[in-house]
Amino acid sequence: MSAIIKRELSSYFNSAIGYIVLAVFYFFSGMFFYMYCLMSNTTSMTYVFLSMLMIVMLLVPIITMRSFSEERKQKTDQALLTAPISLTEMVLGKFLGAFLLYCLCNAIYLLYAIILVFYASPDWAVLLTTLLGMLLMGAALIAIDLFVSVLTESQVIAAVISIGVGLLIYMLDSIASLISVEWITNALHTVSFDAHFSNFINGIINVPSVLFFVSVAAIFLFLCVRVLDKRRWS
Amino acid sequence: MIEVKNLTKRYGGVKALDDISFTAESGEVLGLLGPNGAGKSTTMNIITGYLGATSGAVLIDGVDILEEPKKAKAKIGYLPEIPPLYQDMTVRRYLEFIFDLKKVRLPKKAHVEEVMEIVKISDVADRVIKNLSKGYRQRVGFAGALMGNPPVLILDEPTVGLDPKQIIDIRRLIQSLGKKHTIIFSSHVLSEVAAVCDRVVMINNGKIVADSATETLGETVNGGGVLSLEVEGSSNTVREALGAVEGVKRVTKGVGNAYTVEFESGVDVRRGVFYALAKANCPILSMRSGGLTLEESFLRLTEGGED
Repeated sequence: MSAIIKRELSSYFNSAIGYIVLAVFYFFSGMFFYMYCLMSNTTSMTYVFLSMLMIVMLLVPIITMRSFSEERKQKTDQALLTAPISLTEMVLGKFLGAFLLYCLCNAIYLLYAIILVFYASPDWAVLLTTLLGMLLMGAALIAIDLFVSVLTESQVIAAVISIGVGLLIYMLDSIASLISVEWITNALHTVSFDAHFSNFINGIINVPSVLFFVSVAAIFLFLCVRVLDKRRWS
Repeated sequence: MIEVKNLTKRYGGVKALDDISFTAESGEVLGLLGPNGAGKSTTMNIITGYLGATSGAVLIDGVDILEEPKKAKAKIGYLPEIPPLYQDMTVRRYLEFIFDLKKVRLPKKAHVEEVMEIVKISDVADRVIKNLSKGYRQRVGFAGALMGNPPVLILDEPTVGLDPKQIIDIRRLIQSLGKKHTIIFSSHVLSEVAAVCDRVVMINNGKIVADSATETLGETVNGGGVLSLEVEGSSNTVREALGAVEGVKRVTKGVGNAYTVEFESGVDVRRGVFYALAKANCPILSMRSGGLTLEESFLRLTEGGED
């Protein structure tokens, strides 16, 4: 598994993708940090995180788009699938590779926090739980987008569908408010990433929300394994 | 050792493989021969665990690829038709990745160097794979298959797209590896199979049409042997004399003085032919024994049905 994680990370940085994702993430987070913290004289980074949700929805598909689709197109999946590793190890390796790049993106928040320390001490509990929420939400989103990448041979199609799915998830609350049937609205709120993420911004670790993101990630990684396994038999 | 038992593979309604069974012993180079689309790659993909079979089993040194895939896969080095190369990596990094992927327990640096030496790619070790020529890429793929010294090698058309010198190099390599490994090697180039393999399994339309040692394949297909003769004398006399020899099945006249005699297997008719023609006063100018060439067997099997 570690071989695949290493290979994934090196592929991000052998091509421009890793650098571009980092650059875009750092640029926007830096801009929001400047706008919402430095300009507004506050140590609360909550608005920075909330504004970054949209950027994350758009960047994660770029991280995951080639994971499986490019392997299939270039036939390199034959090397992975005939190696003495299980499908689960292979999928987990891909997932962790993408997740580590995502963590590298989010590491920038710690730098912002250190900058804030020079002015006033930030509320560390709030900051760290929000960061945790950000990572968990990212993990769930990466798993979903990896699943999209398993389904197609074209990275462009994978990216477009993943971005579509990401935007849909982002707008789920607004969509929910348009529907007047109560149980549908409730159901949509229950699976809303936004709602679950908001549980983290108050400095508490909300166990149901942690479980929600972890289960979403687990379910979609499991589906990846199933799709790969089924392909061998059809 | 590789045992393939009653493999059947369906794609939708199409039977790509139909009840295929054969065995490759340790230290044997087995040629899988067949026209394009016959099912060679499908067979190899099932043996290596890339595809599942509709029914049947594959045992690698007694380990079932479906029941204990990790254990079985660890014994196999596979070179698919299109080498699975990551274009953005250097040769050395790629081989190190394959080394890690296969969880090989050997000194890493030394082993990678050794394998690169064997397939002669040490000179491109630090070049990015996408900049390499087809011949080099093929050999990098080969190196990937050799990583970890697996006892079983499955090579899917390893010489396609190489220049004649490289082809000869690869053939020599396969022959030398064949002493220690079990190798299954597919090709649609007949001379190659004849040059490299101890045994040939011929596949057509997903079925095995022949399975025998390379030298006797022609005899097996024909159900006997063939003698090519050059004889002086009137064709009727020669035909009569030859036809009377015990064991001769058929005599055909070629161009000029050339005749071809087909005879039953297990009989040596050469002496009989000599005395018969001497008696008929028709001197033999040349006599050459030999079965059907591989090409002829191949055409007969793949075009003429199974009779």
